[in-house]
Amino acid sequence: MNIVALLAGLFSGVLGAMGLGGGSVLIIYLTLLTDTKQLTAQGINLLFFIPIALCAVGVYAFKKQIKWATVIPFSLGGVLGAVLGIMLTSAIGGNLTSKIFGGLLIILGAKEILLTLKRYLKNKKKGDIIKTNKCSKR
Amino acid sequence: MKIFTKKNGVYALCGTAVGFINGMLGAGGGMLAVPILKKCGMDQKSAHTNAVAVILPITIVSAVMYILKDYVSLKDAYIYIPTGVIGSLIGTAAIRKISAKWLSLIFSGFMIYAGIRLLIK
Repeated sequence: MNIVALLAGLFSGVLGAMGLGGGSVLIIYLTLLTDTKQLTAQGINLLFFIPIALCAVGVYAFKKQIKWATVIPFSLGGVLGAVLGIMLTSAIGGNLTSKIFGGLLIILGAKEILLTLKRYLKNKKKGDIIKTNKCSKR
Repeated sequence: MKIFTKKNGVYALCGTAVGFINGMLGAGGGMLAVPILKKCGMDQKSAHTNAVAVILPITIVSAVMYILKDYVSLKDAYIYIPTGVIGSLIGTAAIRKISAKWLSLIFSGFMIYAGIRLLIK
């Protein structure tokens, strides 16, 4: 056990609890620095995330920040999606999954940078921070 | 409270997409859930908070399936958990205080770097 592994766990936990994609920290650490197979790394991250999310959700629920009416139907659909996603992963194997994971990281990272810059410029123009709270009627 | 409303149907469909990615890639569902939850009317911080709650049951089901398929076993994961839990508590305390802008910029840069590394590996 080394200090880098412990730090990877720490950062992954901080980002994971904030919904900022902590999982990718641990998977990136495992696949790029320790030669763990992609699917094993994904499995480690999933197992790792259970206690982390339990802690975080416990704290947020206690502070009444969870909107259960949205979360529950969302998760139910999510469980079905997860089963389908895992079936696809088993079919295509770890190497291709790893490339898809890399591609998704680049897309999400680029998107987040653009969005943050756009928000920043918009707020600067208006002179103050206005919280938009639109409810989509999709 | 009616269960089969159009709104719940939309949530469930969005959830299916999030679950699909999270099950397939073992991560990333939360990052996808955040923008979707914002479209459903949540502000930035609430979207992050609730994304974690959405991902938890998805992760539990996925983890069980990964174990059943023999991709991973419990002993592979436990060494990361103690510091992870500490990190989680730091994260929950910091989320309402920290500048989400800088955090997400730094992290986005890191994601792009890691994505490129994975693609050319």
